[in-house]
Amino acid sequence: MSVIEPPVSEFSQPFWDATREQQLLLPWCTACDAPHWYPREVCPSCLGDEIEWRAATGTGVVHAYSVQHLPGPGRTPEDVPYTVALIELTEGVRMMSNVVGCAPDDVAVGMPVRVRWQPLSDGRNLPQFSPAG
Amino acid sequence: MALTTRTLRGRSAIVGVADAASPTGELDRHGRALEAAMVREALADAGLTLDDVDGVAAGGNPTGLAEYLGIRPRYVDGTMVGGSSYELHVEHAAAAIAAGLCEVVIGVYAATPRSDRRRRSGGGGFRGPMPGPNPMLEWELPYGMRMPMGAYALAASRHMAVYGTTSEQLAQIAVDTRRWAALNPRARYRDPITIDDVLSSPMQASPLHLLDCCLVTDGAGAFVMTSAERARDLPKRPVYVLGAATCGTHSMISEMPDLTTTGGAVSGPAAFAMAGIEHADVDLLMGYDSFTITALLHLEDLGFCAKGEGGAFVEDGKLGPGGSLPMNTNGGGLSYTHPGQYGMFLLVEAVRQLRGECGERQLPDPKVAVAHGSGGVLSTMGTVVLGTEV
Repeated sequence: MSVIEPPVSEFSQPFWDATREQQLLLPWCTACDAPHWYPREVCPSCLGDEIEWRAATGTGVVHAYSVQHLPGPGRTPEDVPYTVALIELTEGVRMMSNVVGCAPDDVAVGMPVRVRWQPLSDGRNLPQFSPAG
Repeated sequence: MALTTRTLRGRSAIVGVADAASPTGELDRHGRALEAAMVREALADAGLTLDDVDGVAAGGNPTGLAEYLGIRPRYVDGTMVGGSSYELHVEHAAAAIAAGLCEVVIGVYAATPRSDRRRRSGGGGFRGPMPGPNPMLEWELPYGMRMPMGAYALAASRHMAVYGTTSEQLAQIAVDTRRWAALNPRARYRDPITIDDVLSSPMQASPLHLLDCCLVTDGAGAFVMTSAERARDLPKRPVYVLGAATCGTHSMISEMPDLTTTGGAVSGPAAFAMAGIEHADVDLLMGYDSFTITALLHLEDLGFCAKGEGGAFVEDGKLGPGGSLPMNTNGGGLSYTHPGQYGMFLLVEAVRQLRGECGERQLPDPKVAVAHGSGGVLSTMGTVVLGTEV
């Protein structure tokens, strides 16, 4: 699978560093004691800037998905069909990802999933999700 | 002109301010983080919180800023004319507040050209602003979603899962829009299509087929506005702006708060209320149809049917010629034209219908038309109510 390798923004360095150990982190606002996504310097609920990285469970459910029948950005004709999904993590935040490790036809909204890792060229890993259990 | 002065005088005020500068000529923060700090400080100065804010003014990318700050604006001003942009933002906001479009507007500016040079290792002679964070490149693009249809496909996926909406129901929208296109000699595609044609067209990004997607065509348009008073002296029948409202909910699809509800649920009722119309008064709906799901969400969010009932609502073909809710009589983005930003064509067709200039597809004596535009990926909705009478 060919993927566009994500740039590392200044703030999200700890997130990407943790992926080297295949650990999924989420940014938490210490004032709200709540996670948010995507990672940014301030909490999008209160504008507080005391943000802490905490380990995520790595579990969630498929919130919505779309099977790509032609290659999207960074992908090749050999990669299709593949599934892009929004994953609702157990912590309550929603992130874009891929569902891999099962046929696209077997993906369903509400399906439990667990994080797995797609290696990137620089030692980082891209979080993707597979059916849980 | 005098009217403008009278309308705006004393109708708004600046209630909070902030700025940042340093003797070193450099600031610690930059980009969005610096903008956020200024907003936080100005809100504190005003005794207001983020929850009070419903308007965002920022040159360039105001929706990206709003998303970053967690604001869902009812008013967006991205005016970018250089150094005086911020005076223009104040002017526009004063008008918007006086008109009741929004209540609390934040205006923000941040630039750090001096420290950018240091941050940009081996930065050479480039003096432009430091590129801001690009959350889409970091958090969406690696997953290979085809844009823009993939974003709409996610909304359709969720709508189907939650409400049982079917591909056949979405296809009905494409079928009825094509029926209108058949009556428009300038439409890109005019041959009739069936639900089966839509369902058997190549899957692009499930659950959207090729015929669920808008065209890619050349296109152009323009409009001219003047005061109602002057309009009455001009040769053509005036088409009055009766109501207008905006609502933004996100910038990237992964940040859309509810994939089945757009900002139209806010902008639609607000524009209708301003115009003093009910749904039964609407003779024509020009609803931005980048994809079939886009149009279906408009029907629900504008309140023509209840949330989740859009599929059943369209099944009887009421959107097509002879139906009870004519939609996209020019053939829409699905069959007439779609050069990328289709909103202009909504307005042009609405005006022509209200003037009675639409030939074979002309509606019988329409008095009220709604042009409802969608920007980004279901991100920012703008509703305009037009009518032949004030």
